[in-house]
Amino acid sequence: MSDKDAVMHNIAQGMSQGSPYAREMGFELVSMEGGAALMRAPYKEIMVGDPDTGVIAGGVVTGLLDHCCGSAVHLSMTEFKIIATLDLRIDYMRAAKPRMPIFARAECYKVTRSVAFVRAVAYDETPDDPVASAAAAFMLDSSKGRPFMANMKAGQ
Amino acid sequence: MSGAQTEAQAALSAMLERIPYARFLGVRAELAGDEMTMVMPFGQHIIGNPTLPAIHGGVLGSFMEMTALAQLQVKEGAARQPRVIDVSIEYLRSGRPLTTYARAEIKKVGRRIANVHVEAWQEQRASPIAALRAHFLLAQGES
Repeated sequence: MSDKDAVMHNIAQGMSQGSPYAREMGFELVSMEGGAALMRAPYKEIMVGDPDTGVIAGGVVTGLLDHCCGSAVHLSMTEFKIIATLDLRIDYMRAAKPRMPIFARAECYKVTRSVAFVRAVAYDETPDDPVASAAAAFMLDSSKGRPFMANMKAGQ
Repeated sequence: MSGAQTEAQAALSAMLERIPYARFLGVRAELAGDEMTMVMPFGQHIIGNPTLPAIHGGVLGSFMEMTALAQLQVKEGAARQPRVIDVSIEYLRSGRPLTTYARAEIKKVGRRIANVHVEAWQEQRASPIAALRAHFLLAQGES
């Protein structure tokens, strides 16, 4: 891992640890290579969407894919910028197997000055048998000119 | 509130209460006739970006997906067990530390597929913070 890779890896990891939602869900950056991020979510009771089968909610997969895509964007940039999801499209191929961790692998395949494009897949056992796939676009420097705690102010 | 209305509201609240992820998000549904509004109070556990702070994009996606499912239950009943096929989410504004609302519009219910649009907003209904379009696969109806 080059110095730059190590820095961006720390940033991507910091994003997971710094995001209260990702922390609650236990999203964890497992590895990175180039612009791709591999993320893992443990099976947790709070994730269940179907109490009869124990299958996790589609929304959890949405959250994991969104978060993993964001991490891939951080990994592929040369400097840290605040990013925001602009668009996220997900196909759900099948239910995730209950009581198993779920993985997401996201690849940022193009970064322009303002926008990054990402594709991702979520799976439980093997990427060849995906649970869901995603395509996302992110705005870079989305907080430009907006101060710390900007969202605490009234109006926008 | 009429008897049928109270019953529908109770069925909806019971469904959400049974789903651990819905409890985690803290969502509830408010029914006015056949029009449903989903409500998600703000909490630390739904923050994505702590520096603004802003609600996690995945949470907004989940919330709107749940709104679509709940609206389908209101219209079609629980028997058709909708399963999500795909969603397309548009993020319009950052989710501020405020209560978020969402309403779903069922565009079409066919024999197998339902098309649903959802919009989420905070202070102003006319300034949505996110929108979702989804397709659901339905179990075959009685008819």
